[in-house]
Amino acid sequence: MNAVITANGLTKRYKNTLALDDVSFRIESGRIVGLIGPNGAGKTTALKAILGLTDFKGELNVLGLDPRTQRDQLMEQVCFIADVAVLPRWLRVREAVDFVANVHPRFNRAKCEAFLARTKLTPDQRVKQMSKGMIVQLHLALVMAIDARLLVLDEPTLGLDILYRKQFYQSLLEDYFDENKTIIVTTHQVEEIEHILTDLMFIRDGKLVLDTDMESVGERFAEVMVSADKADAARRLKPLDERQVFGKSIFLFDGADRATLENMGEVRRPSVSDLFVATMKGTYA
Amino acid sequence: MKTFFWLLKREFWEHRGGFLWAPVITGGVFLVLNIMAIITAEVLGARHGWQVGGDNLQMMIAKAGEGDLKQIGAGLDIAMISSMGLIGIVMGIVVLFYCLGALYDDRRDRSILFWKSLPISNTSTVLSKLVSATVVAPVIAVLVSIVAGLLHLVILALVLSLHGVNAFQLIGMAHPLRAVIDLLSAIPLYALWAVPSVGWLMFCSSWARTKPFLWAVAGPAVLGLLVSWFGIMGLFELPTAWFWKNVVARALFSVLPGSNIAYHDGALEASADLGDAHNPLSLLSPMHTYGLLASPNLWIGVAVGAALLAGAIWFRRVRDDS
Repeated sequence: MNAVITANGLTKRYKNTLALDDVSFRIESGRIVGLIGPNGAGKTTALKAILGLTDFKGELNVLGLDPRTQRDQLMEQVCFIADVAVLPRWLRVREAVDFVANVHPRFNRAKCEAFLARTKLTPDQRVKQMSKGMIVQLHLALVMAIDARLLVLDEPTLGLDILYRKQFYQSLLEDYFDENKTIIVTTHQVEEIEHILTDLMFIRDGKLVLDTDMESVGERFAEVMVSADKADAARRLKPLDERQVFGKSIFLFDGADRATLENMGEVRRPSVSDLFVATMKGTYA
Repeated sequence: MKTFFWLLKREFWEHRGGFLWAPVITGGVFLVLNIMAIITAEVLGARHGWQVGGDNLQMMIAKAGEGDLKQIGAGLDIAMISSMGLIGIVMGIVVLFYCLGALYDDRRDRSILFWKSLPISNTSTVLSKLVSATVVAPVIAVLVSIVAGLLHLVILALVLSLHGVNAFQLIGMAHPLRAVIDLLSAIPLYALWAVPSVGWLMFCSSWARTKPFLWAVAGPAVLGLLVSWFGIMGLFELPTAWFWKNVVARALFSVLPGSNIAYHDGALEASADLGDAHNPLSLLSPMHTYGLLASPNLWIGVAVGAALLAGAIWFRRVRDDS
């Protein structure tokens, strides 16, 4: 498979903080990657570097181009939705479609209009008259009509209600995503995207602490529900995390032996949010 | 090329109020004020039994010599281009604030992230804003002025015809075509003259993290005060006023149409050498105004403005505070 993004020793320093600390990774084509981390961990900086919106040290190759110097070319192949509030308030729906149709070589107007027809947006409506959910519908209609190879989403559903959030990811999966496209998404609503991700990256204090595909998450991590009498034995196996539910303890293990765990209790695949909380323990302390 | 056209269109959509409606409303207000003045004159005239025009005026025109007719024509020409004065000032102010916001407003409301998600280079973005300020806005202002001027001429002719003056004869004495050509010819000159101001304002707009207006105004003003205080211009054997006029004012006020008249002294006198100096249009004629092209002040300004615009493009790329 060919790599969409390869990063080597990516480093970005703001005045007194290290936003990215020697990060290296590789993202293949046809994946949906969740880039997940606590506030201020460097997610947005990483995305900005990929999009050529910021300077950085190290090597970064996106679709064979260097985002620092070849941004204009790169943006023909890359789309991004930064967050809900970035469409200019004076823009009308009609103007947005006209403009993108005429400046973007890979934009499909008919497709965009078909997406818009499914919403309540009217051609003369201005962004400032729309709710957050409607703005993201417009933005998504514009972006999904562009035949790009990489789509970057930075907190695309922040502040939306659950109907819009579900619809957002559903449209992406049903009408947009295919094996030639790659999506990178950051969000705090991990539960909602868990089932659509193919790869998972955890970032903390500018470092990648986990970079894996979802299948190996199930192989590597395991959650065991252990009754009180076996809890001490479980603790000796050095779990990542422990929490109590209904008088039983739930332990999260990284790379522990399956057979041993199954002797102690019911073994499950951990949810991404539990894994996240366990990995990020002590971040804000 | 197509992209650039749409970038200009984008600027027009966003600034329709300043670029189109401000001159149109100014022109409308100008015409309304004139109509009110005419009505006032008529009412006062009627109340006091004055005879405005009437047979006497028609007779005067009939008996007027060639020189007097020229004076009447000149008066009508002034009436026609006077709307440009007002609209020009409004346009200058619109352009000034447009330039200050051009590369700042979208950073403040973060919509720059949307514009930057499209395959458009920073250079085309900045150049489209330069062209909007120096070409699109003036062209619209001039077209509106021409319409307002012609309407003004028609109104005057109609009013006088009510007093028994032959309106067609009157309009025949004016030079509407020449006025239109003069106004249109002023656009390229304005564009060149405004470049240093536009460059400076857009540089501040692109560079400032907050309050571009303050930086743009306070920068040159403080510099000017320092120069005045320490008498730095004395080193070059130039008066302090030289700095204010050629640096501070050029950076801030060259976006006002006609501001160049203050710079090449003697231009007004030079017009006296022209054949028909009676006519105010000769002052605005390209034969006369294009003398500015020989002025080093113009070209140095263009060069400095170009450098500032290059700076604006660079900062447009590297500022990532949104």
